[in-house]
Amino acid sequence: MASSSHEMDKHLKVYYIVFGCLAVLTVLTVSVAYLHLPIVAAVAVALLIACVKGSLVASFFMHLISERRLIFVILGLCLFLFLMLLLVPSLTFFEPHYSTFVNGVSGR
Amino acid sequence: MSTVAIPYDIEPHPITGMYNGKFGLWLFLASEVMLFGALFSTYILLRVGAPAGTWPHHGSEILDVPKGTINTLVLIASSVSMVLAWASLKMNNFAKGRVFLLVTFLLAGVFLVIKATEYYAKFTHYQIDVKTPVLLHGEKVTRITGHLHEQTDEHVVITPDAVKGQEHPAEMEIERDNIVRLTNFGPQHSTYMATYFTLTGLHGLHIVGGMVVILFLLLTGPSMWSKNPAKLTNRVECTGLYWHFVDLVWIFLFPVFYLL
Repeated sequence: MASSSHEMDKHLKVYYIVFGCLAVLTVLTVSVAYLHLPIVAAVAVALLIACVKGSLVASFFMHLISERRLIFVILGLCLFLFLMLLLVPSLTFFEPHYSTFVNGVSGR
Repeated sequence: MSTVAIPYDIEPHPITGMYNGKFGLWLFLASEVMLFGALFSTYILLRVGAPAGTWPHHGSEILDVPKGTINTLVLIASSVSMVLAWASLKMNNFAKGRVFLLVTFLLAGVFLVIKATEYYAKFTHYQIDVKTPVLLHGEKVTRITGHLHEQTDEHVVITPDAVKGQEHPAEMEIERDNIVRLTNFGPQHSTYMATYFTLTGLHGLHIVGGMVVILFLLLTGPSMWSKNPAKLTNRVECTGLYWHFVDLVWIFLFPVFYLL
């Protein structure tokens, strides 16, 4: 059951490179947070870095990059439902009379 | 008595193309995405809809960013050791694989210890809102945060937090009659703290669950390896998939709560 040594060595090298990238991206995301960017830019940058890190973990540590099509079908359906979970409740904010007030101070 | 072997626990199933354990684990992870997805969705709704002044501008105002950063690196390192454990078993090196499993287990323990110190700091840190303003840092304020030293029916004694670059203020005695609200930074403090404890608490429980499985593999590994090495390798792979998912969740939790 042992895989070829050369093939596994290549895998090991990739794992160490991904580890280095994840560590650098972690330091980067913290550094960017201290720049105190406007909220929209801060959210966009933080989530972009988190998505890159997440993709690295899923692609290489979880081997999604070489996984079978069936897994992508399951995850694709999952992603669609996840986006629905995020987007459908958020539609309430487009309701024209929506507003939050506490002691006369608007939340928007 | 006859024994029935569980089918396709090593060789791939003809329909799915993978062994049953791995397929089952991916279905489980899909359900986990929906669980955390629902909670993230709740977080976004609560945050966007929060009235002005009720949500911290920056998580770093309340949470310990250096500890969160260290924990992120610890969890990433544990993911690497987990995948190295699987790779070692694939290369027929059980001893090395077991060491990497142990390293993963220990790193998970380090993560939980750091998280526990963060939780402890929140539960021993207090906020007092008062009716009549009191003098603090040369200003009249109606909100004081710090550490409590004494609580009686008549008054509380608090050491207020120091302002950066200034000396630590002296202890203050505040009459009970003047207190509108006295709370620590636990889940009841605010919606922000409630969502923080819910999501990080659930994530912490996932870490504990993973540790139990890794401990099981550490203890039963030697006998399973001698009987069926391929089966042990597959079990470590499935545990690894779960562990990387737990790491992935933290990768999103960290910026959302600590940095934004």
